[in-house]
Amino acid sequence: MPQRHEMSRDGQHAARPELLSEELRRQMLRFARLQLKDAHLAEDAVQEALLGALKYADSFKGQAAYKNWVFAILRNKIADIIRKNQRLIAVSSLGSDEEQDPEALLFNRSGRWHREEMPVRWSSPEASFEDEQFWTIFEFCLDHLPANQGRVFMMREFINLESSEICRELELTVSNLNVLLYRARLRLRECLENKWQLQGDCSC
Amino acid sequence: MLNCRQATQLMSESQDRPLAAGEKLALKLHTLMCKGCRNFEQQLPVIRRIARRY
Repeated sequence: MPQRHEMSRDGQHAARPELLSEELRRQMLRFARLQLKDAHLAEDAVQEALLGALKYADSFKGQAAYKNWVFAILRNKIADIIRKNQRLIAVSSLGSDEEQDPEALLFNRSGRWHREEMPVRWSSPEASFEDEQFWTIFEFCLDHLPANQGRVFMMREFINLESSEICRELELTVSNLNVLLYRARLRLRECLENKWQLQGDCSC
Repeated sequence: MLNCRQATQLMSESQDRPLAAGEKLALKLHTLMCKGCRNFEQQLPVIRRIARRY
C-alpha cells in the first residue's frame, strides 16, 4: 500500500518534494511503460529521472513545480531510449489491420455515424475527476488503446508536447501523427462513453 | 459537404493546429445539422482535460 502523505488544508502535500517520490514513481512508471512497452527500460528511465531530479529538489517551492521537472527529465530519458532502440521507432508503421482502424466500426460507408455509435451528450464530466472509479475507467481505456496510439496520445495530451516535437522524436510525418491521434481520441471517447457515461450502476 | 468521419478528423486536428477559415466554416455547417458530431466536438476538450488531470 503506498505511503500516505500528510495533506495541508488546501489539499496540497505538506511533505518535502523528495518525500513524494513513491507516489510520483508509480505515476511515472505507468507512463514510462506505456511509452516504452518494456518494464525494465521503464524502470531504468524512472530511476534515472528521479535521481536526476533529487539533485535539485531543494530549489522547488511546491509539488507542481517538482512534478513538472521530474516529468520533463523522464520525457528526455524516454526520448533518448527511443532514439537508441530503433525497434521502438516502429511507431511509424501504422498497420492496416482492422484492429488499428476504429473508423470502420464507427462510421458507415458514406462516412456517417452508425446509429448505435453516435456520441451522446456527456453529463458534468468534471464532477468525476475526484472519483477513483473514474480514473480506474480512464486507465482501463488508456491501457486498451493500441500501443502506438496510447503513446502519442499521452505525449501530446499528458506531457503536452507539440505535434512537431512528437514527429521529430518518433520520426513520424504530421499526417501519420494526425491519424494516430484521431484514432486514439475516437477510441478513448467511445470507451469512456461506454464504461463511464452509459453505465447506470457505475458510482461515477 | 463534410461527412461525419471527415468532420471528426478535422475536429481532432483542431486540437493540434489552428484550422483555416474554410475548414471552420465547413465544420460549423456540418455540426449545425449533426447532433452526434456536435457532442463529439464538445467531448474532445473534455478528453484533453482528463489527460491533463491524470
